[in-house]
Amino acid sequence: MFGYYLNLALRSFRRNKALTALMVLAIALGIGASMTTLTVFHVLSGDPIPDKSDRLFYVQLDPEPMRGYRPGEEPQSQLTRFDSETLLKQKRGLRQTLTSGGNVVISSDKPGTTPQLVDARYASADFFPMFDVPLRYGRAWTASEDDAKARVAVISKELNDKEFGGGDSTGKTLHIAPNDFRIIGVLDAWRLTPRFYDLYNDNYGATEGVFMPFSTARDLDLGTQGNTNCWADSNGDSRALNAPCAWVQYWVELDSAGKAADFRNYLVNYSNQQRAAGRFERPANVRLRNVMELMAFNKVVPGDVRLQLWLALGFLLVCLVNTVGLLLAKFLRRSGEIGVRRALGASRMEIFKQCVVEAGTVGLAGGVFGLLLALLGLWAVRQQPASYASLAHLDGSMLLLTFVLAVAASLLAGLLPAWRAMQVTPAIQLKSQ
Amino acid sequence: MDIRPILSTLMRHKIASLLIVLEIALTCAIVCNALFLIGDRLDRMNMHSGIADHELVRIQAASLRQLSSDDAVDKSVSLEYLDTLRKVPGVRQAAIVSQLPFGGSSNNSSVNLTSDQERPTLNATVYTDEGSLVKTFGLKLLAGRDFNSDEFQDITDLQKAGDKAQIPVAIINRSMAEKLYPGQNAVGKVFYSWTESPTRVIGVVEELARPNSLDQGAYAMIFPLRDYGAGKHYILRTEPGRRAEVLDAAIKALKKTDPNLLVVNQDTFDEVRARYFEQDRAMAWMLVVVIVALLLVTALGIVGLASFWVQQRTKQIGVRRALGATRGQILRYFQLENFLLATVGIALGMLLAYSINQLLMGKYELPRLPLHYLPIGAIALWLLGQAAVFGPARRAAAVPPAVATRSV
Repeated sequence: MFGYYLNLALRSFRRNKALTALMVLAIALGIGASMTTLTVFHVLSGDPIPDKSDRLFYVQLDPEPMRGYRPGEEPQSQLTRFDSETLLKQKRGLRQTLTSGGNVVISSDKPGTTPQLVDARYASADFFPMFDVPLRYGRAWTASEDDAKARVAVISKELNDKEFGGGDSTGKTLHIAPNDFRIIGVLDAWRLTPRFYDLYNDNYGATEGVFMPFSTARDLDLGTQGNTNCWADSNGDSRALNAPCAWVQYWVELDSAGKAADFRNYLVNYSNQQRAAGRFERPANVRLRNVMELMAFNKVVPGDVRLQLWLALGFLLVCLVNTVGLLLAKFLRRSGEIGVRRALGASRMEIFKQCVVEAGTVGLAGGVFGLLLALLGLWAVRQQPASYASLAHLDGSMLLLTFVLAVAASLLAGLLPAWRAMQVTPAIQLKSQ
Repeated sequence: MDIRPILSTLMRHKIASLLIVLEIALTCAIVCNALFLIGDRLDRMNMHSGIADHELVRIQAASLRQLSSDDAVDKSVSLEYLDTLRKVPGVRQAAIVSQLPFGGSSNNSSVNLTSDQERPTLNATVYTDEGSLVKTFGLKLLAGRDFNSDEFQDITDLQKAGDKAQIPVAIINRSMAEKLYPGQNAVGKVFYSWTESPTRVIGVVEELARPNSLDQGAYAMIFPLRDYGAGKHYILRTEPGRRAEVLDAAIKALKKTDPNLLVVNQDTFDEVRARYFEQDRAMAWMLVVVIVALLLVTALGIVGLASFWVQQRTKQIGVRRALGATRGQILRYFQLENFLLATVGIALGMLLAYSINQLLMGKYELPRLPLHYLPIGAIALWLLGQAAVFGPARRAAAVPPAVATRSV
């Protein structure tokens, strides 16, 4: 029977070309808009490191003086250099790293080239294994190189391609004016979305070009970028070890998510010790959030993207109401035909099925066109200026969702008209013919 | 024309009527809010910078010589650049600034009215003035005066002074003056920021926008501090028509003095501004597309259902025509019918528009939907309905009276 109903549906399309085209267009527009925005939302809100996002924790302490204290308030979003270096030395997690963003000027020996400004990441050795950073050539630096403030650097694949023409460039020299660094590693293609380890620079930006030990960057007094918050006079150097400024990010990896409570206790103890020593004034006020919690707390997904999602779903709703109306018109227009079928013995259920098949077919056609529109929409998103724009691509699961959504939406839209159609009384229809 | 027969016909098509009403209501609600969001974005994009928008070009450049972290070198290189730039033909003024309106990266500081205040009064962005910021930016002084030449100090000296550091005078913008000293003349008043000592207001400028974080309030202050560190912006003021030429000549002149010059940014202020609001512009266009698509879908829905109704009622129309109804009366019947449906839909849509706005207010900290967006949405949908139903209604009016006698 299904094949027959499909055949009937196709015939009905041919008879009512304009009406069918309208419905397909409405569903396609609704699906296209929703899928475009859903895909962007899906890309931006996804888990950037699914294997261990529940075991990677971001640490916050409250090092401020009593002035202006309000119990329970969110502490500083980053750590002071003193606290982050102390926690790093105490090594209470499986792995830990302190990190900060910056930019450096790279110059080349090649004649005719001008120096260029490149984003940099300063971090301690565990950064690479913690965030699963893939290396194409060479190695990351070690804790002993951290201690030695070694002039070593790991560079991104992009920088390696641009400056060294790809290939294994470990052992070569990188001039980070006015110093020389030895390249010990080259990254493989790697881009986190979002770049969750530093939410105080461009969240959806590209991977930094140069990675170097945090200790080396401080030794050379290289500039940082991102948020710095000072609560007392820093005497001109907010990056000094004892400056009353929060600007360093501290991450810890634990064996299991269950160890978080222990680690939080350790942070409370640390805060209490610092207070006893006179460094901290406020009662212990720590935060320990895993990757997804941190992203949610910092509202990483841009508000505009959420707004667009709601707008598109509202649009889909209007398109569906529209489709319900048009399907109703279409089915009732065929009341005579339905009357004949009923008189010839078709049950109400059969009429209902026939109508639902027709609605589903409309949905499928709408889905195909909707997919094309979604691809067009995503292309338009990629032309936008936002740094996340280049990430807007449809993946397999979203492709499947497009069709499921299209067919489900049109079946839903077809239920009411189909129910009305099956109520058609054969006698009245036959009489009026 | 009598409304009662129309109403009774509609009552017989409850579901179809309800669907049209619902579609119009949803469209009305979304269109009103989308129009409002567009207005909100346009307001943001048209925000006053306070500076001479069309006369400024910006060069952000650094020299490799400045990377040695030697303050004296930083200063001499910066002054050399400034001197070079002032000699470029067409340059009327030149200044070194640490930040510029809508420039993105910024330096902000909390501001207190007393030295022992628990919570700061506000957070203002800090512009450092190397010597001629007010003139170069083209700021409009509302009260007080510009800095005197003996009021400037090097920022490095300030940092070295430690507890003895002082910034005796500052210029603030009107928003900050009104917030700090409501209803009073701000000139001569003091506030506390950056140092332990009080800072006296000597001038109030009409407007000076922040580089970013616009949601923190439009507060800005200018300190007479000469900041020569690497990565500062050189701002040149010229005539609007000569900007491209001046920018080009300026870069050439700089490269001549320093072949290893690193140019981070070179643009007109209009470009700086356009870049800052790019996302808002993209969002506004997206909303326009959504509105057009929604109206289109709704119009097509009305055309579809109205055509169905006309076809269904062909015989009744024929009968009415045979009984003496004119074409105009048939046309008006369908138009009135649509008007009634649209009115109910619009009324419902207004309520819905307000509830959606309430949700947005909570979620996105948007202001309340101004009432004037409602009639705009209503009129748009009434016109849309009338336009959409016109085709089917004309077809109905064209039904010949003879139909009445045909198939009976």
